[in-house]
Amino acid sequence: MQSARSVSVVLAGSGGAGVMTAGNMLLEAAAHAGYYALMTRSSGPQIRGGEAAAMLRIACEPIECMEDEFQVLAAVDWENVQRFNAEIPLGDSSLIVGDPDQGNPPDVFLKSGAARASLPLKKIAKSVPEGRANMVLLGALAALLGLPDDAVARAVERTLGKRPAALAPSLAAVAAGRAAAAGIAVRFPLSPPPATRAPRWLLTGNEAAGYGAIKGGVRFVAAYPITPATELLEWMAPALAQVGGTLVQAEDELASVNMAIGGSYGGVPSLTATSGPGLSLMVEALGLAVAAEIPIVVVDVMRVGPSTGIPTKSEQGDLNIAVHGLHGDAPHLVLAPNSVADCLGTTQWAVQLAEALQTPAIVLSDQFLGQARSVVDRPEDFPGGCSRVTAGAGTPGYKRYAVTESGVSPMAIPGSAGLAYTADGLEHAERGTPSSQASDHFAQLDKRRRKLTAHDYGARWADVEGEPAADCAIVTFGSCTGPVREGLALAAPDGVKARLISLRLLAPLPALQLLAALEGVQRVLVIEQNQSAQLYKYLRAECDLPGRATSLHRPGALQFSPGEIRRHLLEWSRA
Amino acid sequence: MNEVACNAAPAPAMRGPNDYKSDVKPVWCPGCGDFGVVNALAKAMAKMALEPKDVAVVSGIGCSSRIPAYMASYGFHGVHGRALAAGTGLKVARPDLTVIVTGGDGDGYSIGGNHFLHACRRNVDMTYIVMDNRVYGMTKGQPSPTTEPDWDSKLSPDGTGLREFQPLVIALTSGANFIARGFTGDPNGLAEIIEQAVRHPGFSFVEVLSPCVTFRPEQKEWKKIVKADALKPTADMTRAARRLLRDTGFELGVLYAGERPPYAPRGPRALRTPSELEARFAL
Amino acid sequence: MKKTKLPRTVEEFMAYAWAMEVEASDRYAELADLMGTHHNREVADLFAKLARIEGKHRDQIAAQMGWTKAPDAAVFRWETPEGPETTDYGDLHYLMQPWHALKLAEHNERRAVEFFERFAAARVPADVRAAALEMAGEEREHVRLIGEWLAKVPPPEPGWDEDMDPPAVAD
Repeated sequence: MQSARSVSVVLAGSGGAGVMTAGNMLLEAAAHAGYYALMTRSSGPQIRGGEAAAMLRIACEPIECMEDEFQVLAAVDWENVQRFNAEIPLGDSSLIVGDPDQGNPPDVFLKSGAARASLPLKKIAKSVPEGRANMVLLGALAALLGLPDDAVARAVERTLGKRPAALAPSLAAVAAGRAAAAGIAVRFPLSPPPATRAPRWLLTGNEAAGYGAIKGGVRFVAAYPITPATELLEWMAPALAQVGGTLVQAEDELASVNMAIGGSYGGVPSLTATSGPGLSLMVEALGLAVAAEIPIVVVDVMRVGPSTGIPTKSEQGDLNIAVHGLHGDAPHLVLAPNSVADCLGTTQWAVQLAEALQTPAIVLSDQFLGQARSVVDRPEDFPGGCSRVTAGAGTPGYKRYAVTESGVSPMAIPGSAGLAYTADGLEHAERGTPSSQASDHFAQLDKRRRKLTAHDYGARWADVEGEPAADCAIVTFGSCTGPVREGLALAAPDGVKARLISLRLLAPLPALQLLAALEGVQRVLVIEQNQSAQLYKYLRAECDLPGRATSLHRPGALQFSPGEIRRHLLEWSRA
Repeated sequence: MNEVACNAAPAPAMRGPNDYKSDVKPVWCPGCGDFGVVNALAKAMAKMALEPKDVAVVSGIGCSSRIPAYMASYGFHGVHGRALAAGTGLKVARPDLTVIVTGGDGDGYSIGGNHFLHACRRNVDMTYIVMDNRVYGMTKGQPSPTTEPDWDSKLSPDGTGLREFQPLVIALTSGANFIARGFTGDPNGLAEIIEQAVRHPGFSFVEVLSPCVTFRPEQKEWKKIVKADALKPTADMTRAARRLLRDTGFELGVLYAGERPPYAPRGPRALRTPSELEARFAL
Repeated sequence: MKKTKLPRTVEEFMAYAWAMEVEASDRYAELADLMGTHHNREVADLFAKLARIEGKHRDQIAAQMGWTKAPDAAVFRWETPEGPETTDYGDLHYLMQPWHALKLAEHNERRAVEFFERFAAARVPADVRAAALEMAGEEREHVRLIGEWLAKVPPPEPGWDEDMDPPAVAD
């Protein structure tokens, strides 16, 4: 049987069945066996007991998106699992594994032509004292994928470490599942993992962003829970305490962003995280942070909008509000991580930039990046520390908003003698005193813009890859980058060659760097996940894209897949 | 956080109240009660011998919210209604500072009402001074939450018909640890109240009757109505609540001085370096 | 005299008088500033003048007592919200005229007379009483002087506080 370099598996079932736990264990087992892996989740609207699906991809190379097809759909039961149909594409070489006592798999899955296999999961579970069907399923899947016993055992031990009583029955159930899977003829063995292993991490984008924030210097967080950003805040609460920082739960997003601004005014790098509805509420205060030149970072883990939208699904629909949402001329930073691991580096960079430039930074993560649990190579280290320019106590004639060449003015931190000033959202003179003079307005507007546009952002403004000599280029950002990169590789055998530019710095748009990267290009394709082509329109408004610029955009809920991108690229290359 | 050397200043001589005022001239109308708050605040700070560099006066938007610029301490003039949030963030991030949040009745009780409730229950060690003139002055005279229901105005002809917001009741039931009412016509009495408020641990709330001569000239009569020292401090919530049942809104003094411990962030404080956090991700 | 503690020595009594002048002078200066901000130059100048006069009284008392530093003002508590010579912030109007300002000053000086007379009438040592009577006499002289000043200033016309423009909107 031929082995594969990438296998995708779904574990589904009703609440209580424990498919998420089993999925997590499978992910960890793959990690311990030396593979890369990615897991996303879907569940019904019920708070408890609803249908749920854990979707995994395990691969020999680093991966940043799901595949076009799942090789295995395995369910403990089929209650309402068909609702995930669109998220679980199967093919005629796929396998559906079900418990014959739980009825037939839904037709929507069967019509794919996938093979079927039966495993009496619940009966097998009953044969093991305190055995559970999800552990039986875990054992069976490990066998189908050829994951070694010890890797699975380690994953089970790590998860159940705090409940030693559950460990032995779980391992027994896993063994029973593995044994039962011997009767299944169709297998999906993974190719051997890479022989030399770089240090790898298992984490979500939300956790990576939280860690990046701490590495960037954040020591104060104001939090208001919102899906899908809550885990970021929950991860930070204990972590922040361990590095001597503080987290406060606020009464709403208006409070959380203003608390963060207050903390940062006090000299402590501060952050809050939210999603679209919360960002909408924070926009007024972001304008204050622009005007009063107080650095803060807001991580927006984008979900499907508008309004409450689909809280548990991803979309890149907040680009417009992040870039243009503030009233007045309010230049600020907008950055976007383009992988789970990059949530770390980009958030860290956002903190450092916000601190250096004394302005708010919005980090546009999204539900996919934030919540996908991923096995990744340990992200590279970027220099730490933060670089807020502060004024020394007793500076003679101190002016908080002095018009400097760089546009950055040394900030007085409360507690410093002789520098007291009032931070103000009112337009002000250099000293900080309110002013309605056009000349002060011009000078302050100009310095606030200049400090952003004149800054040297270095090479991190984008990841530029692909064929450097190609006369076509793809520009994208965020979680689209994974499927676009893979889709481009898939299209290469068909002769598609393109440069790939994944923008990390969205505002201020590094137009000069972008145009330089597009030098000599005849066609540009902008790929993003929203209905209105927000990035495409933004790029066209900000710079003259060379050659013929077109857009590939569609709304969210479903991520782009590599195959979908490939199909578009083939059309694009022929057009 | 960047450390700032702040030991350069010589040992300060005794400061008088005027040393706590900045050289920025107030834009308030002559006759405005808010002048009395600047006076009282400066007196209280002088009495406590606070270092201006270690005090931050935080506000939102409105006439009274202009006050930070008039003090010689650090100031923060933020957005409408969110002064308590900014003050909370500042105090929690910088517990060494004395944080005094200021504002008006519209800023604090209307647009910022939710923050008022939660600041009371969170009980962060800071002081909140509300200059209540029962009107939106900066937007030219619209009714605020504390405006009488029959007060006629352009935006609400013949009055709002709404019952007045009861700041002291709300503060008491929401958990403020110190509750008092002062009057700008008595800056010395107000200074004493502010001093007690700042010294009292936890969230201290001072409602200040501050007449608006421009939009509510009838409030000039307040000085004849107020009853000085009519509220006596108690740590007993029940007594304080009973006292409020016969409150007319013009009794001055300290209503409640509770013993609830101030907000202190929880969690292990065992210090690690950020890189040590990586262990949880490593396989 | 409910709150003001009766002075037991001339030193203590003069400290009261000094504190009264300090508060009055500071307030006049502040009012001069704020009338200036509102472009009422005439009244601003008048308040500034009153501030200087009260400041002179303050310095005279200190010189007379041979004080090199301020007496401890923390012991006072005026029975009125503020010192008897201190102008209430609430009594101001941006269109007020010198006549109004002088009326306020006259009112303050009268209260000062009353203040010292009450000390003189209270159970205080004879030397304190003598000092109180002397101060009351001085304040009476101030009332007379301000009266003369007032006589030279035209009383306001009806409608002096009318403004055809609406208030301005700031924030």
